[in-house]
Amino acid sequence: MTALRGLLRKEFFHIRRDKRTAAVLVMLPVVQVLLFGYAIRTDVNDVRLAVVDPSPDSATIDLRNRFAAAGIFRIVATAPRTDDLNRLFQTGAAEQAIVFRPGFAEDLRRTEPAQLLVITDATEPNTGALLQAYAQAVVQQYQADLTRSAPQSASGARSIRPAITIAPIVRTRFNPTRASSNLFVPGLMAFVLTIISSLMTAITLTREKETGTMEALLVSPLRPWEIIAGKVVPYLAIGFAAVVLVLVEALIVFRVPLRGSVLLLLFEGALYILVSLNFGILISSRTSSQRLAMLGVFLTTLLPNILLSGFIFPLESMPAVLRWISFVVPGRWFVTIARGIMLKGIGLEYLWRETLYMTALAFGLLVVSLRSFNERLE
Amino acid sequence: MQHVEAGLSRPAVQVDALEKRFDRTVALAKVSFAVEKGELFGFIGPDGAGKTTLFRILVSLLKADAGKASVLGLDPVRDYRGLRQRVGYMAGRFSLYPDLSVEENLTFFASVFGTTIQQEYKQIAPIYSQLAPFKDRRAGALSGGMKQKLALCCALVHRPDILFLDEPTTGVDAVSRREFWDLLGELKHGGLTTVVSTPYMDEATRCDRIALIHRGTLLGVDTPAAIVHAFDRPLLGVRAQQRYKALLALREYEHANSVYPFGDVIHYTDDRKEPIDALERDVRAFLASRGFGDATVDALEPNVEDVFIARTSLDPGFRMPDPGKTPS
Amino acid sequence: MSELAIQASELTRKFGDFTAVDRISFDVKAGEVFGFLGANGAGKTTAMRMMIGLLSPTGGSARVAGFDVYTQSEQIKRSIGYMSQRFSLYEDLTPRENIRLYGGIYGLTLAQIRERTDRMLTRLGMMNQADEAVRSLPLGWRQKLAFSVALVHQPRIVFLDEPTSGVDPVVRRQFWELIYEAASNGTTVLVTTHYMDEAEYCDRISIMVDGRIGAMGSPRELKDQFGAETIDEVFVKLARPAA
Repeated sequence: MTALRGLLRKEFFHIRRDKRTAAVLVMLPVVQVLLFGYAIRTDVNDVRLAVVDPSPDSATIDLRNRFAAAGIFRIVATAPRTDDLNRLFQTGAAEQAIVFRPGFAEDLRRTEPAQLLVITDATEPNTGALLQAYAQAVVQQYQADLTRSAPQSASGARSIRPAITIAPIVRTRFNPTRASSNLFVPGLMAFVLTIISSLMTAITLTREKETGTMEALLVSPLRPWEIIAGKVVPYLAIGFAAVVLVLVEALIVFRVPLRGSVLLLLFEGALYILVSLNFGILISSRTSSQRLAMLGVFLTTLLPNILLSGFIFPLESMPAVLRWISFVVPGRWFVTIARGIMLKGIGLEYLWRETLYMTALAFGLLVVSLRSFNERLE
Repeated sequence: MQHVEAGLSRPAVQVDALEKRFDRTVALAKVSFAVEKGELFGFIGPDGAGKTTLFRILVSLLKADAGKASVLGLDPVRDYRGLRQRVGYMAGRFSLYPDLSVEENLTFFASVFGTTIQQEYKQIAPIYSQLAPFKDRRAGALSGGMKQKLALCCALVHRPDILFLDEPTTGVDAVSRREFWDLLGELKHGGLTTVVSTPYMDEATRCDRIALIHRGTLLGVDTPAAIVHAFDRPLLGVRAQQRYKALLALREYEHANSVYPFGDVIHYTDDRKEPIDALERDVRAFLASRGFGDATVDALEPNVEDVFIARTSLDPGFRMPDPGKTPS
Repeated sequence: MSELAIQASELTRKFGDFTAVDRISFDVKAGEVFGFLGANGAGKTTAMRMMIGLLSPTGGSARVAGFDVYTQSEQIKRSIGYMSQRFSLYEDLTPRENIRLYGGIYGLTLAQIRERTDRMLTRLGMMNQADEAVRSLPLGWRQKLAFSVALVHQPRIVFLDEPTSGVDPVVRRQFWELIYEAASNGTTVLVTTHYMDEAEYCDRISIMVDGRIGAMGSPRELKDQFGAETIDEVFVKLARPAA
């Protein structure tokens, strides 16, 4: 039996016997996607609504009451000026606001387009879009009711009055991309997958160092690449299982579409796991403590993948320095690829560049890990 | 079992002025020695003496700060790849996989060297036969003695030309310890060069030659008999009912050179150069004068521990000041 | 004093299916030096932990310093001293700081702490190192200091878990002289060790094998009983190879 095969066999024994850890590693991403995903669920209720009404009268009060009566909105503040809105949004006191332009009722009576501004705090991209839709519905219903109840002319025929148009100007502040859950979930997938993959290799390597078995491995004829391969290969298998599970979750639970090639997506997923595994190996080559390795993984995968993968905060609006750094954040590439395949249905012909970057990352990390792998104890 | 290299008379291990420090601690201070082929060589010394550091340097796990070392004619720094093919190493603490079975551990270590248990069976048979009844048991569930035998097996399975065993008997029960040394004796008969370290002074006599090591320095390198022979004074053993009081009293004797408890016997050396019967008489008289009429005083053969103590207590930074008297 | 410092009867401790300590019974008289011998894994440390209130027994009974180990473990902890091989002193603190810490834990006044600190450090010859971090001291010195600290509140019984493991022969003997000194002052000392030759320092010993007491008595008695010259031989005759 070759040395590498012996290594792989040993690793599979470890994984099989440590059932608890293996289960956690696979179930963790599944659970995380569920938790995060549901935290931004489509059910919206108790929306905190602020009202700005510089010239209140029966029309504005009527609309205001309709918003309140919908059962979904809760009016938290009524202000005469829009300046007060900033504070309300920033403190989180309000999630949406409707602003009546001065002379709203006047315009309505004169059948001018009456201006109603609907401002949505869309830091939760999903909530933002839905809030907008709701506000739209309320306003349209009001409009319909107004038209229906318009007074008829004395001749008995409904006098043709010009339809009352309320043109809501929807401005979503705080989230320029107005992303929806379709955009969000692929990013979430990337985020949780990278953490567990990096964790797996970081922990298993530092565990060998801590228990002292690494000493025995080093004194043997095993080469560094064999030791590393012996760790990466089995966990690639586990990581791939996690990819499949998380993908199924996205499709079934969150109903994210899959318009492109499943095979390509799985391939890219495997590549992504590989990058993350190599990342974990690099981290573990810097420390012999499992605790420090875990800390290192969290710091170097958690934060960059939240901030710099484009999963929540769009990259286009970031300073150049951060965009450069994001080149080495694997999540960034996978998010683009996953969104592309799932939502746009595109293939390699458009995604070859991102695929190339991930491959380069995987390779680069491996080379650095091999170089910095210490063949001695010091 | 061809372990003896035909023709060459070079020592299996040659070390010259090896030095190693960790931050400000000196682990090894100009250590020099040689191990002949086919020898069973022991490093005798307590924790912190430098045994583990020395072994790690010789098997290429650490680099020395200064000095030269050659193992089987190879340089552990430059030729580490070649060396790692030919050494068997048992690390100081259990470094096998506790969640793997006995057989799985062995199979793994065999495979890493490109061989199998079946191929090497004859080589490891004497040890493996003791392990065989437990071959499916998880290594972590073995007793201390069995763990060490398994580790020895794994170190041997690839037919090394030299063995380095770092404290293989520490913490193990007395019976397993004896069995382990019996196994080492058998291996030696097969011609295998073995270098062992141990804190147990009584195991010194099981080696061909020993080196007493203490705080990074070698206190003597020779056969156990020669080392003991070099004990430079007559040794007396004093027994008394009231051991502690007798000990304190003896320390106050004007001619006492060293007074150390050894279980129920007090080992005593005198600072005078007189024949041993005279010393016996004097000491007995002194003790009687202090109320220890029942004390017996006999000549003793020194052992390795006596030598070790004599040599290390020459280091003044080491002695605990006795109330009243400063030993010479 | 014929009072018993420690009494144990059928003391047992199981961890799931595994019986670490199997119905051991023994007594220790006040002022005795009692040795718990046995290989690693024989159950000595578990037995000791039950006596000092760190572990509850799963069966049997025991009284330490007159207190019941099941119901009065807090009183036991206050009346005894403890030193373990694994942990005894804080390495980044100085000897003085360590003594002050433990003195405070056991309720000594500052004046008492100061006085005992000076006495202890002079006795150990460590006055020059009183303000250096413990980790810079050689192992043997640390062990001796730890022992003295365990005695800082002058307990009636002191428990020592493998106190001389790995320590060099000279310091080991110095350690045992400290034990003798404590015993001569009336302190009961319970020591566990896997060095059979240290058995001879004890008044009485018990040899544990696989959780049970295989033999108990004074070293002389055991040697006579088993026709052996050393306790090591007694052990060999007593134990069968365990796996």
